[in-house]
Amino acid sequence: MKQIELEPGAVGRSPPRKDGADKVTGRARYLDDLTFPGQLWGRTVRSHVAHGRIRGIAWDPRFDWSDVVRVTAADIPGENIVHLIEDDQPMLAHDVVRHREEPIALVACADREKLEEALGHVKVDIEELLPVLDPLQSTHVFKKYRIEQGSIEEAFARAHRIVEGTYRVGHQEQMYIEPQAICALPREDGGVTIYGSMQCPFYVHRAMERLLKLDGSHIAVIQVVTGGGFGGKEDYPSVIAGHAALLARKAGRPVKMVYKREEDVAATTKRHPAVMKYRSAVAADGALLGLEADIVMDGGAYVTLSPVVASRGVLHAAGAYRWPHARIDCRVVMTHTPPNGAFRGFGVPQTMFAVETQMEKIAHELGMDPLELRRKNALQLGDVLPTGQKLTSSVSAREVLDAAAARSDYARKRAAYSRLNDVHKRRGIGLSLALHGAGFTGSGEVKLKARAGVELTERGARVLSISTDIGQGTITAFAQMAADALGIPVDDVEVADPDTSRMPDSGPTVASRTIMVVGGTVTKAAQAMARILQSFAAETWGASTVECVSGVFRAGGRALAPFAAVARRYLAERGPLVCIEQYQHPPGIEWDDKAFRGDAYPCYAWAACAVEVEVDLDTYEVSLLDVLQVADAGKAVHPVLAEGQVEGGTVQALGYALLEEHFWSAKGQLLNTRMQNYLIPTALDVPVVRTVLLENPYPSGPYGAKGLGELPMDGPAPAVAAAVLHAIGRLVPELPLSPDRVMRALENAS
Amino acid sequence: MKFTVNGEERAVEVAPLKRLLDVLREDLGLTGTKEGCGEGECGACSVLVDGELVDSCLVPICQVEGAQVLTVEGIAPSGQLTPLQRAFVERGGAQCGICTPGMVVAAHCFLASGQPSTNEAVREAIAGNLCRCTGYTKIVEAIQEAAGGAGSAGEKAGRGFGCVYVDGDGDGDGNVARSRGT
Repeated sequence: MKQIELEPGAVGRSPPRKDGADKVTGRARYLDDLTFPGQLWGRTVRSHVAHGRIRGIAWDPRFDWSDVVRVTAADIPGENIVHLIEDDQPMLAHDVVRHREEPIALVACADREKLEEALGHVKVDIEELLPVLDPLQSTHVFKKYRIEQGSIEEAFARAHRIVEGTYRVGHQEQMYIEPQAICALPREDGGVTIYGSMQCPFYVHRAMERLLKLDGSHIAVIQVVTGGGFGGKEDYPSVIAGHAALLARKAGRPVKMVYKREEDVAATTKRHPAVMKYRSAVAADGALLGLEADIVMDGGAYVTLSPVVASRGVLHAAGAYRWPHARIDCRVVMTHTPPNGAFRGFGVPQTMFAVETQMEKIAHELGMDPLELRRKNALQLGDVLPTGQKLTSSVSAREVLDAAAARSDYARKRAAYSRLNDVHKRRGIGLSLALHGAGFTGSGEVKLKARAGVELTERGARVLSISTDIGQGTITAFAQMAADALGIPVDDVEVADPDTSRMPDSGPTVASRTIMVVGGTVTKAAQAMARILQSFAAETWGASTVECVSGVFRAGGRALAPFAAVARRYLAERGPLVCIEQYQHPPGIEWDDKAFRGDAYPCYAWAACAVEVEVDLDTYEVSLLDVLQVADAGKAVHPVLAEGQVEGGTVQALGYALLEEHFWSAKGQLLNTRMQNYLIPTALDVPVVRTVLLENPYPSGPYGAKGLGELPMDGPAPAVAAAVLHAIGRLVPELPLSPDRVMRALENAS
Repeated sequence: MKFTVNGEERAVEVAPLKRLLDVLREDLGLTGTKEGCGEGECGACSVLVDGELVDSCLVPICQVEGAQVLTVEGIAPSGQLTPLQRAFVERGGAQCGICTPGMVVAAHCFLASGQPSTNEAVREAIAGNLCRCTGYTKIVEAIQEAAGGAGSAGEKAGRGFGCVYVDGDGDGDGNVARSRGT
């Protein structure tokens, strides 16, 4: 085992989060808490037809528009696009509308009541066209992938048994508690400053360059305290920021847009629905021989992030197992519904539900214990993934499984619950195993070249990056990592606010990349700064081998000066000190975009989830009795925050498993857009989530860290399905496992 | 319209049906109270009116005439964090923080009730406050810790396993090398 240095420091401890006191006292200022002098409020005029052709926009001549600013596509100075991957989404539709919430015009007014009234006096005339709402009927393919290894035909020819299953999952809403919120301020230089609730300030920055035909130096995008994101504030803020900016430039005044909950749920991105057909070849002893899968994801009306969601989904579709032969196809298609986008897990919760439920089905058909089947086929060091990637470090599939089985008392409960035959209530226990690739998929990090750094202050250092704290604790963890590299207390490190006009581009806050990629780069920059200060101190004090420990520079056993004194002297004599580093992908990690083969991720995080349920045979309700997650993310930089990621992600996944479901009309209208009718878990819907953090260090990660944020989202849903299968003897192949689906599974069987 | 907010008498001239939430945020500048849904589902706007926990988005200002209102800003007027707030910070009860003011007010109300802080009772007390980040476990622990004793060390047996180091490079020195505790 490689020893990760365990010098006492901040990393691995849990100092109070830096923004904690502001958040528990109400002092933290979110976008809607800020007031900008002269600000107007903005609102969006939407299509209300899922598919159609715009004939015209009618502004009621009897309404007093004198103090209302109006914007249409004709007001766009640059390109009418929401710049992302394909640039196919218009900022304001002017010809065809492709979903019911498509923005067509914008209005702003200082008086909020009048603004609401104004919305009722705009009529958009649209010629309705037939919408395509079923992804299986869609012929418009955004992107296709195929992963192929060995000969699947050969695997089926040799199979003792062929197991087939079709798995379906629907939309899931991020339901951050703070809705989307942006304020755009026009600038004297013709540019724009954007304040907002967001994950990825540079996405917004680049979208503004294209939309407003501005040089990047005339734009500043500043993230303010953000009330949750979960992927929902990855790409959508570019839309609302574009709208606010168009209004602000026309008005010559700041324009604030804060979505109402119903508007947020109806119009913004969600998790991609998917239909996943699996066919597996297995040997009599349970060895997996081959996997054939065909995955269709619903991308919604525009491409947005669909190609990357689908690629991550398909790359995890084989799960954490060895399949010597595989052919996995995935296509993501267009439908006339609002674009689906990023949501924690990013395509993986869908395919992990399919492959893990398929494993349950295989075990069930072979009459084998599902844990045994998983253990037998779980990936180990040296194994090869269907893309040809050989796993060379930090593989913990067996370890997390064994820990979950032991800590959940799986074997005993499995046997005990199998003997229950109460006619009203049944109990079951189930397990799942998941892996999650850390960082961007494929060559993403190589292309992005993330940059981050540190700046010397009179007291310590300031971390410079564009990575956002959206609750997960970025600023606290970055401060810990920089503090340890510099040998100073964590309180002496501050973290600069994300502002695209001042910070280096460390990339978006997505893909479980913040600790591993950006934190690693911050650590390297802080190490570089430490070396500079060491030589400076050595020169100044005429000493050799100087180092800083616990905030004091020392030579041998002799204390030279406190860090702050050295910093002040350095700043006075040599001027500002800023160290910026660029992320380097570890050597030997190579990905071929064209062939879709190679090392899709430099490393993987691993998790096993054990769930115990009780199924009420009268009401078909599934209650959770116990939930345990065992997660390996290499190193828990801040164990309390890391556990918080696991617990929070697990409960979102339990919502996906049991409660969260969207309903659509035949005309493409989302019917449940409120917290009253789209239910997320309350404190009473879920038990205590028991978390076990394993630390299997990733040699190229900072302090051994991999990614953790998304991992806990992947496994709980199939673990619930496995527990329900154990309880009632029937597989429910769809999410959520709502009473109607449980009832159907039982009735179909009888 | 007169009422008391966080111990201070306030007078506002607003429409009688204006929501208490908007009066607090817009007229009194108390932006600690948040709006998450506007229909009494999420609890981000929770405040106490005469000691009772309410969603301020559902209360017209005319109903609080002469009442005592407590918002998150009034929980620790001196600026010193209360044991409850400290527990939220140290235990990880706040992540994005948007539900936290309402959650702290609901928890404050629960602690004032003097009920035993069992897992069930605490969950019941915050059932009207949605949190999308934490999964509630750490919020419940923070409230139990603030209640003093219940839910701290003794009752924590069975969870809080802490970190375990795994044999990472497969050199055969055993799977679980050592346990660190929390």
